Amino acid sequence: MTALGLLTRPGRARTLAGFALAAVVLFAVAPVVLSDFRLNLLAKFLCLAMVAVGIGLAWGRGGMLTLGQGVFFGLGAYIMAMHLKLADAGPGGVPDFMTLYGTGEVPGWWEPLRSAPVALAAIVVVPCALAAILGYAVFTRRVRGAYFAILSQALAAAFAILLVGQQKVTGGTNGLNGFRSFFGYDLTDPVNKRMIFFVVAGVLLVMVAIVRQLMVSRFGELLVAVRDQENRVRFLGYDPALVKVVAYVVAAGMAAIGGALFVPVVGIISPADVGVVPSIAFLVGVAIGGRATLLGPVLGAVAVSWAQTSLSESFPSGWIYVQGALFIVVVAFLPGGLASLVGKLRRTPPQASPTPPPGPSGPPAAPRAAAVTGAATATATTAAPGAPTAPVPTVRAATGGHDD
Amino acid sequence: MEVIMSQLFAGLSLGSVLLLAALGLALTFGQMGVINMAHGEFMLAGAYTAYVMQGIFADAGVSLMLSLVVGFLVGGTLGLLLEMTLIHRMYDRPLDTLLVTWGVALVLQQAARNIFGAPNVDVRAPEWLKGAVDILGLAVPRTRLFIIALAIACVVVLALVLKLTPLGRRIRAVVQNRSLAEASGISTKATDRLTFFIGSGLASIAGVALTLLGSIGPTLGTNYIVDAFLVVVVGGIGQIKGAVIAAFALGILQATIEYSTTASIAKVLVFVAIVAFLQARPQGLVSVRQRGIA
Amino acid sequence: MTASRRLARVLPASVLILALGLSGCGAKAESGSTTTSAAASCVKTDGDAVKIGFLNSLSGTMAISEQTVRDSLDLAAKEINAAGGVLGKQLEIVAEDGASEPTVFAEKAEKLITSDCVAAVFGGWTSSSRKAMLPVFESKNSLLFYPVQYEGLESSKNIFYTGATTNQQIVPGMDYLKEQGKTKVFLVGSDYVFPQTANKIINAYAEANGIEIVGEEYAPMGHTDFSTIVNKLKASGADAVFNTLNGDSNVAFFKEYKNVGLAPDTLPVVSVSIAEEEVGGIGVDNVEGQLTAWNYYQTIDTPVNATFVEAFKAEYGADRVTSDPMEAAYASLYLWKNMVEKAESFDVADIQGAADGVSFDAPEGTVTINGDNHHIAKTALIGEIGPDGLIHTVWSSGEPIEPDPFLTGYEWAAGLS
Repeated sequence: MTALGLLTRPGRARTLAGFALAAVVLFAVAPVVLSDFRLNLLAKFLCLAMVAVGIGLAWGRGGMLTLGQGVFFGLGAYIMAMHLKLADAGPGGVPDFMTLYGTGEVPGWWEPLRSAPVALAAIVVVPCALAAILGYAVFTRRVRGAYFAILSQALAAAFAILLVGQQKVTGGTNGLNGFRSFFGYDLTDPVNKRMIFFVVAGVLLVMVAIVRQLMVSRFGELLVAVRDQENRVRFLGYDPALVKVVAYVVAAGMAAIGGALFVPVVGIISPADVGVVPSIAFLVGVAIGGRATLLGPVLGAVAVSWAQTSLSESFPSGWIYVQGALFIVVVAFLPGGLASLVGKLRRTPPQASPTPPPGPSGPPAAPRAAAVTGAATATATTAAPGAPTAPVPTVRAATGGHDD
Repeated sequence: MEVIMSQLFAGLSLGSVLLLAALGLALTFGQMGVINMAHGEFMLAGAYTAYVMQGIFADAGVSLMLSLVVGFLVGGTLGLLLEMTLIHRMYDRPLDTLLVTWGVALVLQQAARNIFGAPNVDVRAPEWLKGAVDILGLAVPRTRLFIIALAIACVVVLALVLKLTPLGRRIRAVVQNRSLAEASGISTKATDRLTFFIGSGLASIAGVALTLLGSIGPTLGTNYIVDAFLVVVVGGIGQIKGAVIAAFALGILQATIEYSTTASIAKVLVFVAIVAFLQARPQGLVSVRQRGIA
Repeated sequence: MTASRRLARVLPASVLILALGLSGCGAKAESGSTTTSAAASCVKTDGDAVKIGFLNSLSGTMAISEQTVRDSLDLAAKEINAAGGVLGKQLEIVAEDGASEPTVFAEKAEKLITSDCVAAVFGGWTSSSRKAMLPVFESKNSLLFYPVQYEGLESSKNIFYTGATTNQQIVPGMDYLKEQGKTKVFLVGSDYVFPQTANKIINAYAEANGIEIVGEEYAPMGHTDFSTIVNKLKASGADAVFNTLNGDSNVAFFKEYKNVGLAPDTLPVVSVSIAEEEVGGIGVDNVEGQLTAWNYYQTIDTPVNATFVEAFKAEYGADRVTSDPMEAAYASLYLWKNMVEKAESFDVADIQGAADGVSFDAPEGTVTINGDNHHIAKTALIGEIGPDGLIHTVWSSGEPIEPDPFLTGYEWAAGLS
């Protein structure tokens, strides 16, 4: 049994120990050993990791390849940024960029965000509502697989173009920046930046806890079942669309909160952070870390961001090769991510190859086994786009064996 | 009237560009289910082929025509290599092909930057493609006409190959029922490779054609990849016909909205229209009836 | 054990951790929020070297342009070091990649200031990168030298703007069109802050000067199909075009313009983002005879420029060209050197105090810093793109124009900001 496998199994003492360790590292070790600058960088990575946690649930567990998380990340970030801008401008004031580039008046739909409680609620409610509507529309029509991925990508593209085009009210390519305070706290003060780091770390821990509980719950079992055999779940009387929508909404909410916290940490949000490329980049860490595991996405996202920052300092163009190559190798040859490698090294006798077990033959009601081996199978058995309704995976798996 | 005519033509010409970009995808994604994000970089390979060929052949016309052929081979070979090294082991994981090929796209793009330099390069159009011809009082650029003709030619040739040749029959057989095709003695492995070769080669032909219209730089592919996928998705997979209709429909839609609003708004509206359309018809414009449950 | 009961136990624990983390710092933060003094500088000036930072995009979409700026910065640093450095100290370059992303620019700027302790940072290109870095330089109280023409409406005591502001580029461009008797101008630009702001200024100018704006079109970044926009241009009856398109879009625009049979002698295009570096990528035949508005061209016939071009080609190859942003970056390093030497100090406040009136014999001519708005006085030049791919001056403002980023000296611009 693997260490990560154990972490995904119900084992309260072990989980609490894991949490305690993470909490000690984040709250006690990191602030001591890292400079203010590095600590702030870590906070940024943790924000990106929040998006990764959600993707791990929707993609790793639910098989939905969300290529448009930038939309939800961006919504959360822009709502937070709009509130900070309005707060900086003071009661009745107008954000600086609007006087420069716009009409000098605050548009009506900005006004409610002057209030901090409204803004905080909107950060979660707006993206989740959008995800719910979108997810419901898409999943009840049984759009899935590649179709869903490409649609969410088109949405990310449209969202970025829209933000750029509406410069007078969104700041255009410049985005929103130059925030002076965060709910009354001066953002130039290192002590407050440190406080924000603790908030970020705490929120991330809570998110991981939530996802863990979702994974081990009946809902988590259903989600994996839907991923592996949607039709069988339907025959058993469940509504697969509903299961997917819930996972999608949770992922969207986490992306939005990550985006909202990204703003005070980095001090800027612009369309460059929400379009097609950043949306795919969110997946990199998840895939490398191990998409179907609990901690893989978090550790992967942090590790990839950290590597990007430090490697790009010395080899700006080399980094792209490293990133591309790592991505290719991990996804093609190690679909469970590095987490599955850890698992394999620990496992005796070692499994031969990462090929999926012979089809999802087990009844969906017992996917706990699938959850443990999930690291290796990942989305191996999602429906092929060529046959949106047929149970192709078994056929494909058979011919795939021949191809190998 | 002139405005309507000229916009109709703009739409057709945009549609033909989209069609060229999407035709190869209609094969690799539509027929084989491989989401190849490096498709744009195969277009890039075609564009740089045209640039290199121009350095070899002084005559721009000769170099352009030869580039179409050489580009097809270069792109096809790249595609074949990709299929043989990575994609063949991932036919049962279509979503993962998307990620892997995205990594490939990153690497190819950076390689282009390191080989040819970051600045854009220029490919001269041959004399006979310069300027405009007068059609019904409309000044129509020759390059646009050439691209429309090229797109039509590619579609016709591809349709004939699929319909009439033994190779085409094999491809269709594998698409419609892989295991039965294999049981009937067709080498699905060889067929997959050939299909991928042709699809990638078509991407490079699109890249060669695009040198007549726009810039040739490392990011050329990224400008087209999302649009190309949308054409295939809207068209419905498994059929070339769908891609043709979708490309021209989207081209005309974009040109029409763009004339009355702005390019940015047009782009956003077209995307929204596509999402709405797929709500109504998730299988796309033209669909192959398949056996399946519910 | 059911899921909900387990959740009920984990959640409070997590919340408790969060609360503990917050309570530890909340009190300090309260007192911290009242202090506004900037962090103390960590710049080391006691050795025989001083660190400066170069921050340009070497990867991503902007690498095309920013690599050239980096090259000329490196050249300037090499020359200064060879001539004995600044205040007798050799320059030690800390180079960073902005990766064409505003957030990376902000992050790297902070790293350069707080971790590397550089005395000044040189770089940035897009408005978004500058806007992202501005709060960092202000809160850490350091100096940024920004070398690119931009949309104006900004002035920070922590930034020196060595490229043109609007009254040194856009306004002279319009003056020239007016002088040529053009009355109907069509505006085309990329959909982002510089073109939109530039066009806002052009509209105000046109209204006051009897010029009609017959169309205003924006293309999304990376837009590649200009048939509709060129159709609109043809139908508009314009007699000149003011072009603020960025990057790749220029190529597609000029190819389309040429292909539908438009020509510069009847419908000239004034571009403000096409320099020598870009001409090759668009194709000389596509832009020959078109106009540009800048403050520097490689063809400027002065001994200073001849030396600069020669040194640049010797360093990077005979096929390389020099352009306005490169020259502005080159000049920015020398301007900083001259300011430091006048102040006899690397301290930010001392440099700010000494800035006014510091000048440098740049390749474009003598440039002088305006101590109030931190921009520099520059001569405006309208150029025509020749068959050799270089740009040749056809009109000059004659003398350096004082920078006026908020256009306060122009009556017609009263309603703009």
